[in-house]
Amino acid sequence: MTTLVAPLVQVRDLAKTFDVSAPWLNRVIERTPRQFVHAVDGVSFSIERGKTLALVGESGCGKSTVARLLVGLLQPTRGDVQFDGQATDAARHAGQLRQLRRRMQMIFQDPYASLNPRWKVLDIVGEPLREHGLAPTAEVLRAKVSDLLLQVGLAAADGEKFPHQFSGGQRQRISIARALATQPEFLVCDEPTSALDVSVQAQVLNIMKDLQRSRGLTYLFISHNLAVVRHVADQVGVMYLGRLVELADKAELFGHPRHPYTRMLLDAIPDIHMSGRARTPVQGEVPNPLNPPTGCAFHPRCPHANARCSAERPVLTMFQGVQVACHAVQEGRL
Amino acid sequence: MTQPLLEVKNLRVEFPTRRGTLLALDDISFDIAPGEILGVVGESGAGKSLTGAAIIGLLEPPGRIAGGEIRLAGQRIDNLPYEQMRAIRGRKIGAIFQDPLTSLNPLYTIGRQLTETILTHLPMSPSQARRRAIELLQETGIPAAAQRIDQYPHQFSGGMRQRVVIALALAADPQLIVADEPTTALDVSIQAQIISLLKRLCKDHGAAVMLVTHDMGVIAETCDRVAVLYAGRVAEIGPVGDVIHRPSHPYTHGLMGSIPAMDEDRERLLQIDGAMPRLNAIPQGCAYNPRCPQVMPRCREARPELLDAGATRAACWLVNPNRVAA
Amino acid sequence: MPTTPSPSPVAAPGAWARFFDGDVWFSFRHSPTAIIAAVIAALCLICSVFAPWVSPHNPFDLATLNLSDARLPPAWQDGGRRTYLLGTDDQGRDLLSALFYGARLSLAVGFASVLLSLVVGVGLGLLSGFVGGKVDAFIMRVCDVMLSFPSILVALLINGVARAMFPNAQDSLALGVLILAIALTGWVQYARTVRGSTLVERNKEYVQAARVIGVAPLRIMVRHVLPNVMGPVMVLATIQVAAAILTEATLSFLGVGVPPTSPSLGTLIRVGNDFLFSGEWWITIFPGLMLVLIALSVNLLGDWLRDALNPRLR
Repeated sequence: MTTLVAPLVQVRDLAKTFDVSAPWLNRVIERTPRQFVHAVDGVSFSIERGKTLALVGESGCGKSTVARLLVGLLQPTRGDVQFDGQATDAARHAGQLRQLRRRMQMIFQDPYASLNPRWKVLDIVGEPLREHGLAPTAEVLRAKVSDLLLQVGLAAADGEKFPHQFSGGQRQRISIARALATQPEFLVCDEPTSALDVSVQAQVLNIMKDLQRSRGLTYLFISHNLAVVRHVADQVGVMYLGRLVELADKAELFGHPRHPYTRMLLDAIPDIHMSGRARTPVQGEVPNPLNPPTGCAFHPRCPHANARCSAERPVLTMFQGVQVACHAVQEGRL
Repeated sequence: MTQPLLEVKNLRVEFPTRRGTLLALDDISFDIAPGEILGVVGESGAGKSLTGAAIIGLLEPPGRIAGGEIRLAGQRIDNLPYEQMRAIRGRKIGAIFQDPLTSLNPLYTIGRQLTETILTHLPMSPSQARRRAIELLQETGIPAAAQRIDQYPHQFSGGMRQRVVIALALAADPQLIVADEPTTALDVSIQAQIISLLKRLCKDHGAAVMLVTHDMGVIAETCDRVAVLYAGRVAEIGPVGDVIHRPSHPYTHGLMGSIPAMDEDRERLLQIDGAMPRLNAIPQGCAYNPRCPQVMPRCREARPELLDAGATRAACWLVNPNRVAA
Repeated sequence: MPTTPSPSPVAAPGAWARFFDGDVWFSFRHSPTAIIAAVIAALCLICSVFAPWVSPHNPFDLATLNLSDARLPPAWQDGGRRTYLLGTDDQGRDLLSALFYGARLSLAVGFASVLLSLVVGVGLGLLSGFVGGKVDAFIMRVCDVMLSFPSILVALLINGVARAMFPNAQDSLALGVLILAIALTGWVQYARTVRGSTLVERNKEYVQAARVIGVAPLRIMVRHVLPNVMGPVMVLATIQVAAAILTEATLSFLGVGVPPTSPSLGTLIRVGNDFLFSGEWWITIFPGLMLVLIALSVNLLGDWLRDALNPRLR
């Protein structure tokens, strides 16, 4: 179903390459070539307002790099990011990056490292308010911070405490409160519940869903846990070695996975309800990103690979309502 | 009735700190039959890793066993002197830890580490030990084992390293393997490989496994029975299907409900308010009572023991409210 | 909205209350070495700060000196007098008072130079670790070069150059040059330590969160990273005070330190050295003992602080 409203976030051919070469002197003496890691290699997607796009994949697939590219922690090597119709690159040059930062924020994975251990919670949550001039006096700051803390299920008095006095789940809530301080429209969440216990994860996920509903937030949710993704996402993108291999609505992806890697991932999830479904054993491991396979990155592990797969890189194309990057699917072999 | 391989009775582990003594494990009891896979599941702070450490005899000081006993094949092992425990560790009990990167010594080849373990516990010549090491590597699915045996740990990927660690644990043919979060640091697709490998090898070698993890999915796939820990106590223990699908303890029920499911869509996950109590603030009576949706007055006064609840045993007064506390 | 129950709504404890409840104070209370070292260091500090009030005489006032009282032995030996408890030196100065005034000078030079090298070293280290790239490479090469020179030689060099440039310098200028010289030999340690800690902290999520919020890099450096890297710096500074005092003593012993009219402990040791073999041992030994006492107590305090602040040892 196409909408007439432009998506809030649009990413086109985004790429990021890291130079991991040895130091110049070593290269000269040992005659080794320069080495690059294509952490993100041409990723395109869009997120509609009020929806959640989840990016899943295993370690080294580049999903965290995409998150950092979107919020401006990293500069892309290629491609562009459009936020609400405006290219972020142009905003940077025009000095409007500040306004952009008000409208998008990030939540990180590690609840213990994402809060400055020497600052009080009041200062941590109030920092964005101070930075963007949203709290002219100390009383206004205190009031706003208390309000934010209450919204994430903490007490107003918690503002006087230090991070080490809180548990992992509570710290993640403080992170959420900080991210919401400037009333952003877009939140990038980098594995926000991966470091939390299951029951605490449930609390945090419920809060995130409630907040999305009440404030109309748009989320980019990064995770390696497909069950969590199934719970929170509207659309899901599967990444492998820096490329998007499948992008579909949640129901389609989980109900009828197209790409062989998606099928492998879904098969690999331990079946807690022990429905007794047969699992195809998984082959191999993720290849070294310094030396990715030619053509389709997944072909060494794919049971359906042919000669074309090792030579030609598949492009993400629309197929039966979902976007898949797979020769076998497009040729109808699957 | 065969004698259980591992018997843990009323185990208590405490940590003396400057603010007083903290009781990290409070009266834990369970058995493992020979060849059985028991899962020990709980959230962080419940004490599951400590249980594993206490059994292997690797409790970090100042932690110490303050009561109860641990018996391996009838013999007490919790009060053994260091040298005797060292002989048992490795020979009768193998261990697999979470991080394969730090479980292997980066300075020695894996062949040397394997043969060293084998030679320490089994009477063999070095060449026999090397042959056995290669066999073990082949069993764990390492390709070209005869060549890779002389490589260093950093030349292996994460999943491969964990296979080497499993081979190390099985090297001396132990009767019991204690695995502490063996798949947590691995990718999902590798997790599945390692879990099935562990299951298969333990059945082949006839070793029992105590699998400590926070991942219920892994437990569901691997274990025969499971014990759920909460705040250093056993909340529920029983066959894995019964504990997961028909839990008797409200905590187990809440835990199962808060796990997002792959086969159904729910608007909200079942949520347990609050958090596990810190060791210095464990409530009176049942440790779960402040968070329990079905709390009764009795729960705040008297601590329930493990009571029979049909297929499982649960430490909850709901199971038998009229039972007189011992 | 689910609320996690917070403990009773008492006002959060103030900074002092938190300190005395903390692990550091606890470790101090239970370490006899640390307590004794702290007591000795405090005594030396008090005696030197309040030297004019504590000393029986004023050794720097040339008018009160009596040359006929020169080279008197300590009070408990034959020939000693009660007013000169530890004896006198070759100019008739009471040794006890000279010890206090000398310690005062030594401690002042020691603290001042450590403060200066701390400011320079921490600043450069933060910059180096945070900015990285060519700036980092340049600063680290400068550190390497500085470390390849023995610190005494560097101090001598600076002193010599200063003397050549300002031949009629005032005493205060000489003192300033001395402090500068010692500071310039010590800043490298701070820079390297802070750079290492900064590299670690820079990649932590709270710094990234501040960047996403849009905080300027300088502000992030000072307000976020700096408080978290100061721990090892404090330990280093404590131990460096002792090293600075010893360096000053060495320079004064060599005659290129403090001006001779206001002798520090090092000057006294040098002066007494000439009389050591004629049996007048007290002129060298007592200043030497005082120096050792100060350096030892400060070093022990630094050792204790390092262990107390090390989270792994707790």
